[in-house]
Amino acid sequence: MHALVFIKQVPDASQVRINYETGTLIREGVPAILNPYEVHAVEEAVKIKQKFGGKVTILTMGPLQAADALKECLSRGADKGYLLSDRIFAGSDTLATSYALYEGAKKIIELEGEIDFFFAGKQAIDGDTAQTGPGIATRFNIPLVTYLTKLDEVNLEEKYVVATRLTEFGQETLKVPIPVFFTVEESLNILSHSPLPWLVKAAQSKIEILSGENVDLDKNQCGLRNSPTIVKKAFTPEKKQRGATLTGTFDEVVDQAAEKVAPFLNNIL
Amino acid sequence: MIDLNKIDSDISHYKDIWVFIEQTNGQAEHVSFELLTKARELASQRNCHVAAVAVGNSVAHLAEDVFKYGAEKFYIVEDEVLKDYRTEPYRDAVSELVVKYKPEIFLIGATTQGRDLSGTVATVLRTGLTADTTKQEIDQETGFLWMTRPTFGGSLMATIFCPKHRPQMSTVRPGVFKAIPLDAPVNGEIIEIIREKIEFSEEDVVKKILKKVISSEGNVTLGFYDVIVSGGKGMGNKENFNMLKELADLLGGTWAGSRKAVELGYIPQTRQVGQTGQTVHPKLYIACGISGAIQHLVGMQTSEIIIAINTDKDAPIFNVSTYCIVEDALKFVPKLIEELKGMQSTRRAQ
Ligand SMILES: Cc1cc2nc3c(=O)[nH]c(=O)nc-3n(C[C@H](O)[C@H](O)[C@H](O)COP(=O)(O)OP(=O)(O)OC[C@H]3O[C@@H](n4cnc5c(N)ncnc54)[C@H](O)[C@@H]3O)c2cc1C
Ligand SMILES: Nc1ncnc2c1ncn2[C@@H]1O[C@H](COP(=O)(O)O)[C@@H](O)[C@H]1O
Repeated sequence: MHALVFIKQVPDASQVRINYETGTLIREGVPAILNPYEVHAVEEAVKIKQKFGGKVTILTMGPLQAADALKECLSRGADKGYLLSDRIFAGSDTLATSYALYEGAKKIIELEGEIDFFFAGKQAIDGDTAQTGPGIATRFNIPLVTYLTKLDEVNLEEKYVVATRLTEFGQETLKVPIPVFFTVEESLNILSHSPLPWLVKAAQSKIEILSGENVDLDKNQCGLRNSPTIVKKAFTPEKKQRGATLTGTFDEVVDQAAEKVAPFLNNIL
Repeated sequence: MIDLNKIDSDISHYKDIWVFIEQTNGQAEHVSFELLTKARELASQRNCHVAAVAVGNSVAHLAEDVFKYGAEKFYIVEDEVLKDYRTEPYRDAVSELVVKYKPEIFLIGATTQGRDLSGTVATVLRTGLTADTTKQEIDQETGFLWMTRPTFGGSLMATIFCPKHRPQMSTVRPGVFKAIPLDAPVNGEIIEIIREKIEFSEEDVVKKILKKVISSEGNVTLGFYDVIVSGGKGMGNKENFNMLKELADLLGGTWAGSRKAVELGYIPQTRQVGQTGQTVHPKLYIACGISGAIQHLVGMQTSEIIIAINTDKDAPIFNVSTYCIVEDALKFVPKLIEELKGMQSTRRAQ
């Protein structure tokens, strides 16, 4: 069994603040974290490995510091981390990102062998596009299962899985042949604590670097210049003014509030 | 999958605005009509037509509704294989239509289905896709579609365009635009339903649906309501949401909550407002025991009137509120209900 997990290091979006005077984001001091959905993707891949044997490989595209996020995955039980890093990828939109990761994954197949399970998070909390996973799956032309909430059954002999995903109306359970591509929800599993030896091993392990030099790729599909979407402008949302605080005794405030909402009162019996 | 060589790269050949009509068991999703309404506005500026696209085993009957909301053409693909949504055959059907008829703009609802579909279709077509947009406008000078979307959990807005690839694809959150039906059919123009025949066979589709579970709460489109009474962790427990339901009923609205309320099991995920829930902009939004984290605010801050009830006078929710009430919601809401009931009976007596 070989699982490949695509992970992204992201700024902790919940800690990003806005400087309204300059209209920019205050990112200083905001920690870079492993995108929360991927933590669960790694957990699930490692669970499969513990049951069937095999290995879990991790791939990320990003700056060199993203190695930290890879190490976190190793400490959670993954076996090897690959960092795809090159200036040619700078400014990639989701189409260019899925292309680069597709080529990176093909390189990993060459080095590490065929992949049964591909995992990505459902979305990255900085961009929130939820497109990268579907993009890579499409490029490999393998079945895609988004919003995975439960891996009900893994059958390596007959090469299929039974998987449950969220839908607009509830859940659906699918039977899908391997190889398969999952994008995962946080509710997929409950995180376990890493045993000490994993932490030690992770700290000592070496991250493999991939780039335009050692991955066979078409540079005309990479980076800002080859991204179909272009950011025209970025701006901070208009700041709302804090409105009136209703004051007075408790009963007076209730009266005032009732008055404000009275126009909406349902008159139908 | 589509042969890449079949994709026309001359963008001048692409025209008209398409809206994907999402349907389940032959029932169209409301967001599709919201998008048709928006598409009408964009089409009038682009001087082009609006078309709807639906894929399923039986979708032709949706024609009446899509025409009511302004589509002038309705492209459909019908096949038993397409009965339930599955990524791969839907992807192929939709990409096939795009390659053949070349729309300039393609709008899809940012639902679980729409997001799943759009990501794969855009990759097949090698075009740009802008997810979860909240604003769409045509640049007068270039005629390009400008799509604005929140990023960084809503701390930053980005306006994105796609100058060299077609179609310009975008997903839009349900509830962002209003659905407004036409008074009369589009200029009496003849509307054609084009039946596409694409060969599907069940054997080619490797993914099988074993079971579907409709959650007991079902699907709530919060965007339908003019009044939303919403609760957070400050509501303390699930039972206390009953008072929010009662208040919502009195005001002819519905109830919802924060993600913490979901995580604590007070409310189902289908009623979550915010970045990872639904976007709403009702006339009145009442936030009870919600702190106002940025991820919550992005989903509701465009509401016309916001009333927040929170014990913490510095809670960030107050920064976007029209009226701030620094009180214990568990005591305040029951009193407010009592007061409103009083008003209601006085009105009825008159
Ligand atoms: C990637 C990501 C996505 C997210 N997406 C969403 C999303 O879509 N929607 C969302 O809501 N959140 C989302 N969150 C979570 C968000 O950051 C907050 O944690 C969440 O909104 C807080 O919920 P809350 O306001 O109910 O709880 P808290 O922040 O704990 O606030 C509770 C509030 O209740 C007040 N209170 C307590 N008791 C009372 C009382 N008796 N009467 C009145 N007030 C009282 C307190 O003063 C406090 O302000 C997301 C987070 C991340 C990282
Ligand atoms: N640069 C990247 N490197 C590796 N994986 C990525 C990268 N960007 C996105 N992903 C994966 O794709 C998922 C969805 O990202 P996004 O489309 O940006 O919302 C993430 O949760 C990751 O699993």
